[in-house]
Amino acid sequence: MSPSPPAAPTSGAGADRLFGLVTAGAAWLVLLVLGGAAASMAWGGRLAFEAFGLGFITSRDWDAVSGKFGALVPIYGTLATSIIALVIAVPVSIGIALILTDIAPRWLRAPIGTAVELLAAIPSIIYGMWGLFVFAPFMAAHVEPWLSDTLGPLPVIGTLFTGPPIGIGLLTASIVLGIMIIPFITAVARDVFNAVPTSLREAAVALGSTRWEILSRVTLPYTRSAIIGAIFLGLGRALGETMAVTFVLGNAHDLSASLLMPSNSIAAAIANEFTEADSDLYRSSLIALAFLLFVVTFLVLAAAKLMLMRIGRTHGRTH
Amino acid sequence: MRLRRQLTDIAASLFALAATVFGLTWLVWILWTTVVEGAAAISPALFTEMTPPPGSSGGLLNAFYGSAVMVLLALAIGTPLGIAAGTYLAEHGRHSRLAATVSFLNDILLSAPSIVIGLFVYELVVRPAGHFSGFAGALALAMILLPIVVRTTDEALRLVPNQMREAAFALGMPAWRVTSRIIYKSALSGIVTGVLLGLARIAGETAPLLFTALNNQFWSASMAQPLANVPVVIFQYAMSPYDEWHALAWAGALVLTIFVLGLNLMVRFFARKGSK
Repeated sequence: MSPSPPAAPTSGAGADRLFGLVTAGAAWLVLLVLGGAAASMAWGGRLAFEAFGLGFITSRDWDAVSGKFGALVPIYGTLATSIIALVIAVPVSIGIALILTDIAPRWLRAPIGTAVELLAAIPSIIYGMWGLFVFAPFMAAHVEPWLSDTLGPLPVIGTLFTGPPIGIGLLTASIVLGIMIIPFITAVARDVFNAVPTSLREAAVALGSTRWEILSRVTLPYTRSAIIGAIFLGLGRALGETMAVTFVLGNAHDLSASLLMPSNSIAAAIANEFTEADSDLYRSSLIALAFLLFVVTFLVLAAAKLMLMRIGRTHGRTH
Repeated sequence: MRLRRQLTDIAASLFALAATVFGLTWLVWILWTTVVEGAAAISPALFTEMTPPPGSSGGLLNAFYGSAVMVLLALAIGTPLGIAAGTYLAEHGRHSRLAATVSFLNDILLSAPSIVIGLFVYELVVRPAGHFSGFAGALALAMILLPIVVRTTDEALRLVPNQMREAAFALGMPAWRVTSRIIYKSALSGIVTGVLLGLARIAGETAPLLFTALNNQFWSASMAQPLANVPVVIFQYAMSPYDEWHALAWAGALVLTIFVLGLNLMVRFFARKGSK
């Protein structure tokens, strides 16, 4: 822990006060943006919350004509796509982090690391376009027919894979989301793997551990809370991702058990419908959706941050 | 037993390798598609003509202009505020309760859904004003930029060795001059890196612009009016049924990707060079 700067000398105290006030004011601004966003979503969504109460969350009616709005389908779509995205992204990210910290020769680590970071830099609108024009047709032609043929007839999980292979739907959106959050989870996992004390690893090697045993019995237990934090960080990103999902999810307000069917998510519903919302209640319902999204991502990201703080990362990067 | 351990180990290594190939395949696939489709659609008209009505050809000049103006205005708003707040976290407010709170919440704002920021600015500016505007778009982008600059400034300032501060204070300099004359200078490359990465991020942001700047088919230089911009044009054109619009969307996507990834690579290259 480094000592704080010593107190300023008395000369220039007025200017010092001013400088301190300006910087503190800017810091307050961060809180103001966050608090203002939360407050304005709550205020803007009040009409919907008043009109529908708890039914807003439990009803699946989304009918602009009769003025009935229930958010069950977008809530389900948001959660389902985010969770499937995590199932895809978490093992892949840990694998890449392992390559970056342990397996790859040193000269190869920086290029691979940069490439993965570029995956995070690609604007989400590009993911969306690629998803719509390239990946969804690819899924429809090659992956989904195979899935519904082989997994469709099975009991229980078969219902997840029934329906026409149209490419647009929960599964495609989940995969695109998964790709998008890989770099975020990888970056944190790499940092915390690197932060494992060398002595611990050396001790494990001295005991004759293989690489897998070091990972599963030393590295992962040691970094557990940070890895969970990284997963939550990825979840927070996935929940709020808008453009990519909007392109490939299909904007359908139907609740379907099949992952091959079009669905909706909170962010996609807002992006698709907000500028077309023609009544105050409609607009308010979409803002109420944004409020729910904001609250959930806030909690998820706060949990992520708390878990990352526990391991005391001092050199970690935040994005 | 020994064999099984070794096989598990090999399997784990192979899995890690496959994961990396899996991750990088998407990067190559997405970039390949963007380059092939975009290059086929790029022409001089892209930079000289306005966005066309459905079914005819044109360019994206007004969208490029609108994006540039909004991004620059967002930089002008977000950079000084972000640097000031970052300075508070790392220097003047270090160890204060406010700094700890802001630092925590800033990271949440950093990852918060950008669509919520768009709606916030809609409620804040667009609804009271009664119409979409370029200014609202710039404000939304500035709010997205702010936490990025705060975090990178904070980190860059913390890297400055404390001896520098102590030496400056020993010479009798007031704190504000220590920060502005000494600390900023030695942290400059880190701060600039953060601002440029923030620029790359907001240049591609789409969701917050949907409800703030929206789009404008015609040439408009007024920040008080709806303003065309590259991301929203890409979104609307890609979702449309017209081939000409699809081609323009790909061309815009290619230009945007080259800009964003080029900036990222450049920043990383110089940051690495500077740290050696």
